[in-house]
Amino acid sequence: MTLSLLAHAENAGGAVPGAIGLVWLLVALPLAGFLINGALSLWSPRAKSAVSVVGAAVLIGSFVLSVLIFLQLRQAPPEAPYIVRLWTWLPVDALQVQFAFQVDQLSSVMLLVITGVGSLIHLFSVGYMRSDEGYARYFAYLNLFVVFMLVLVLGSSMPLMFIGWEGVGLCSYLLIGFWFTEKANADAGKKAFIVNRIGDFGFLVAMFMIWNAAGSLDFPAVVHWAETNPALAGGGLVTAITLFLFLGCTGKSAQIPLYVWLPDAMAGPTPVSALIHAATMVTAGVYLVVRLSVLFAMAPFTSAVVAGVGALTALFAATIGLRQYDIKKVLAYSTVSQLGYMFLGVGTGAYASGIFHLVTHAFFKALLFLGAGSVIHAMHHAYHATHSHADAQDMRNMGGLRAAMPWTFAFMLIATLAISGIPPFSGFFSKDEILAGAFARGAENPIFYVYYGMGVLAALLTAFYMARLMTMTFLGTSRTGEAERPHLHEAPWIMTGPLLVLALLSLAGGLINLPPLWGGGAGLEHWLDPVTAPAAGYFRIEAPHGQTEYFLVGAAVAIGLIGLIWGYLATSRRRTVPAQDSAADTGFWRVLAHKYYVDEIYDAVIVRPLVWLSRVLLWRVVDQGIVDGMAVNGSAKISRGLGWIGSRLQTGQVGIYVVFFLVGALWILRVVSG
Amino acid sequence: MSAILASIGYSHWALHVLIVLPLVGIIPILVGPVAAARRVALFVTVVEFIVSMGLWWGFAPTAGMQFVSSTPWIPRLGVSYSVGIDGISLFMVLLSTALMPLAVLSSFTYITKHERAYYAFLLAQLVGMVGCFIATDLFVFYVFFEVLLIPMYFLIGIWGGANRLYAAIKFFIYTIFGSLLMLVAILAMVWRIGAQTGTLSFSYEHLLTNAAQVGPLAPWLFAAFALAFAIKVPIFPFHTWLPDAHVEAPTAGSVLLAGVLLKIGTYGFLRFAVPFFPQVAHDPFVSRLIVVLAVIGIIYGALVALVQPDFKKLVAYSSVSHLGFVMLGIWGGTVQSVQGSLMVMISHGLSTGALFFLIGMLYERRHTREIAAYGGIARVIPVFGIILTVVALSSIGLPGLNGFVGEFLVLLGSFGNHPVATIIATTGVIFAAAYLLWAIQRVLFNRLDKPENERLTDLNPRELIVLLPLVAGIVWLGLFPGPVLRRMEPAARHFVEITQPVPGSTGAASVAEVRP
Repeated sequence: MTLSLLAHAENAGGAVPGAIGLVWLLVALPLAGFLINGALSLWSPRAKSAVSVVGAAVLIGSFVLSVLIFLQLRQAPPEAPYIVRLWTWLPVDALQVQFAFQVDQLSSVMLLVITGVGSLIHLFSVGYMRSDEGYARYFAYLNLFVVFMLVLVLGSSMPLMFIGWEGVGLCSYLLIGFWFTEKANADAGKKAFIVNRIGDFGFLVAMFMIWNAAGSLDFPAVVHWAETNPALAGGGLVTAITLFLFLGCTGKSAQIPLYVWLPDAMAGPTPVSALIHAATMVTAGVYLVVRLSVLFAMAPFTSAVVAGVGALTALFAATIGLRQYDIKKVLAYSTVSQLGYMFLGVGTGAYASGIFHLVTHAFFKALLFLGAGSVIHAMHHAYHATHSHADAQDMRNMGGLRAAMPWTFAFMLIATLAISGIPPFSGFFSKDEILAGAFARGAENPIFYVYYGMGVLAALLTAFYMARLMTMTFLGTSRTGEAERPHLHEAPWIMTGPLLVLALLSLAGGLINLPPLWGGGAGLEHWLDPVTAPAAGYFRIEAPHGQTEYFLVGAAVAIGLIGLIWGYLATSRRRTVPAQDSAADTGFWRVLAHKYYVDEIYDAVIVRPLVWLSRVLLWRVVDQGIVDGMAVNGSAKISRGLGWIGSRLQTGQVGIYVVFFLVGALWILRVVSG
Repeated sequence: MSAILASIGYSHWALHVLIVLPLVGIIPILVGPVAAARRVALFVTVVEFIVSMGLWWGFAPTAGMQFVSSTPWIPRLGVSYSVGIDGISLFMVLLSTALMPLAVLSSFTYITKHERAYYAFLLAQLVGMVGCFIATDLFVFYVFFEVLLIPMYFLIGIWGGANRLYAAIKFFIYTIFGSLLMLVAILAMVWRIGAQTGTLSFSYEHLLTNAAQVGPLAPWLFAAFALAFAIKVPIFPFHTWLPDAHVEAPTAGSVLLAGVLLKIGTYGFLRFAVPFFPQVAHDPFVSRLIVVLAVIGIIYGALVALVQPDFKKLVAYSSVSHLGFVMLGIWGGTVQSVQGSLMVMISHGLSTGALFFLIGMLYERRHTREIAAYGGIARVIPVFGIILTVVALSSIGLPGLNGFVGEFLVLLGSFGNHPVATIIATTGVIFAAAYLLWAIQRVLFNRLDKPENERLTDLNPRELIVLLPLVAGIVWLGLFPGPVLRRMEPAARHFVEITQPVPGSTGAASVAEVRP
């Protein structure tokens, strides 16, 4: 049954036509880039031009191929995914995991985002990392990341996706700790890996459960199993599977309670933050939920949890973002918050909306991070020129940068309007859809009204902290210092070029899924229909109509505008002083500035007790004290004592002992064999 | 390839050559000049490896023993020199022959005293390892099992660290205690079955077929076998000889100890203890006990590894953790879990072997294994840093590298029969990441703050020749484990079938009911 389905899904065997058949090349190109740049980093680290060409060209090549694949899919949208088999990876009895790539509507969208935004960020990196001594190593890691990210979205089975899933975590680890001689950076990388591993534990257990129940880990087979067993809906098995899967998502996609690694991940180079920690890797959890949307749809409890955690994370992270001074930290919490929106979307069952927001967020958040990178680049050079050790990322040291960096300012302003949900920028449409979906679900389960309210409140705070960020960075008077000011200048074209493209996408990205209200055809939603169709039967989202719809849209726009204006006024009216002259926050602001002390709590409640348990109880007491000290060496002492008695009785010759042993052995034999 | 092998009659002589060659090789080492000892040893072990490679192509993926041969040895006692391999022992033999040339090569500068004796002991060790895995007569197995002990005792006791005598004696007494018990069990079993069937024989086939004849002795015999092998594995709480032995042993000793010797314990369970006495092994109490001890080993080993200040001790405790996965898989009761166990055995041999090599190379440069003595050295010796990172990731079980395949299969296959234990065991992946990443951070990353580390030299060509085959194996087995898995599958399936308790028979709960 399952097998016949797979045969069908493969669209008549191995010969997959056209560009889709070349999908392996999509992965092979960045892999080659990794190998070449890796070799260069060891033997010729100064060959920066070669590194730049290889590093960026492989990505652009992959992007072209992704476009071709997308166009081919568009010409004849398939009902079932194309499976391109490469080899059999894990053949064990009934378990036959293929190393195979799955091309369908969902993965093609992800491919475009990964290789498209990825190409822009690679180009930006050419300028941003130019003067770094680890330039070749940087591009090697970045290329390797793209390899794993593509495997993640293309993997046709859960174990293969898991290669990508953990592989991107590895690259994230390597790139967060890129400047590894600073302990803080190495710490941040390690933290990211380990926290992600907690999530991966969930992913693994979910796989075991699915294998046990469905007898396969191939996505088409799992979906088919779910479709043919509707009686499982609402049951404990599906609920448990999806909860474990969601644990995996909270790790990779930085949701409560495992979000803590993402803000620390800002220790990596800024383009890394844009690519990995905003546009692609951290959205893998959303992708996973949509990929297995039928299971989540069958588990209403899990879906409510997903939506609830998403809404809570969106709000919680936004509040922390209000009080950060490091420009990247603001964006990091913003990313956590926006990922929360995506989970709110997929948790309400609006899977296409989740992907829609994933795409628009990739545009505007990559733009914000690269813009921030451009700012940091300028600040860093200015401080470098004057040998100052002031913090190049602290917004209190900025101000008035608009004059020096007009383009960066303009582009980031577009992204700010997009994330704040101001029409017609892209974020408006995607966020609005998610909130509308949550509102609609409220009719059947009032808890979703609460989620909706949290989402709206988070939207207000989002607009606030973005206005604060823009005001502190670009407006007002400069706090950079007299000596540094002449050294502040706009980034080179290789950096502003990608910003321009991203700005255009942030502006117009909403078109891909323009709702009927605005004269669109909800293109993305229909495009994803074959993927989300199995889930669609379990609940219907009655999209709000007429007056309600207008009201919701009006409210969303008003909230965004209020937040922006409030944020601007609140920030520009306060006198901001450079970081070194600033007094510490007090009261609740202090709690926010310290991120609710969550890191400290985790450290005190989990990390330190665990190390103590291991060091003192397990190692010193159990291992060295009880097992080794008392049992092993104790029995040695006893036998030494017996030996002393024996030596009084015997000559101590080895021969005697052998005789005794044989006699004893024979005696035992006699006894036992009766 | 198999045609070439057939034309030279490979299947008739291969296993004998694998035993005789190292034995013969000892002679020129002992009588030749000291300076030549290491080269002779290298030559012999490389030839041994090349000869053993024929097994890979000559092996037909079926369940039974292959390359079998049997010569009467002590007919009065029913002892014959019988050898053969199946899909379980094939890879243990290959692992032994593959690690040995690397172990020899890594000793070139590490060992500076009594070189002839050292290399002679290494070859003797090889004889014991291969012998254990190919023996299909329990007397022969026992002989090789004891042969294994002596070279390792001297390797630790003579070429070991400061506390080497304590460690060597502890290792020796611990192991001999178990093996003597096993001897008694073997004798009792042979005697008893001989009395029942009228044929006195140490033949594995004979004993396996008639194992049920031991009747009420079965629990005692199983206990004796299990204890002997449990010490070897080692299963918690019989593990404390291992960290001491590892820390004191010279690099090659540690590599062989972790890479091969520990596997003789798990191999013993797979070959003897469980197939002989499946009813006992899958008795709910026994099964629960072993699974619980396996899971304790996984978690406990990882947590204790986390806090070790000595890098070598850290890896030693990590072995306790990894071998716990093997034990869980053996009792997992499915083809996936058993093949997973076999894969963990192979992968652990490669990755832990490589880790010990790397630590040894670091030790040769700085004469300390304290993690705190390093920091930031990836800047100074980048190639070392890359290889250590790849090997550590393999040990962590990063998918795409070899470690994942085994662990994943063990857990996937065991989940059905032991869901709770499997879920707890799965948390081991978190702790594994914690102890190894923390360790490599403190060694490779952070600030380069010790002046002694600023002039470390990166790996030389000889060291790269030692490490690169292991790295290649790590990547190859991670991405293309198919050929290995297919070769071991019939043997694993056979193991699952013969150890699956017959429904309704006495004392045997169906495995599915055994849930911790």
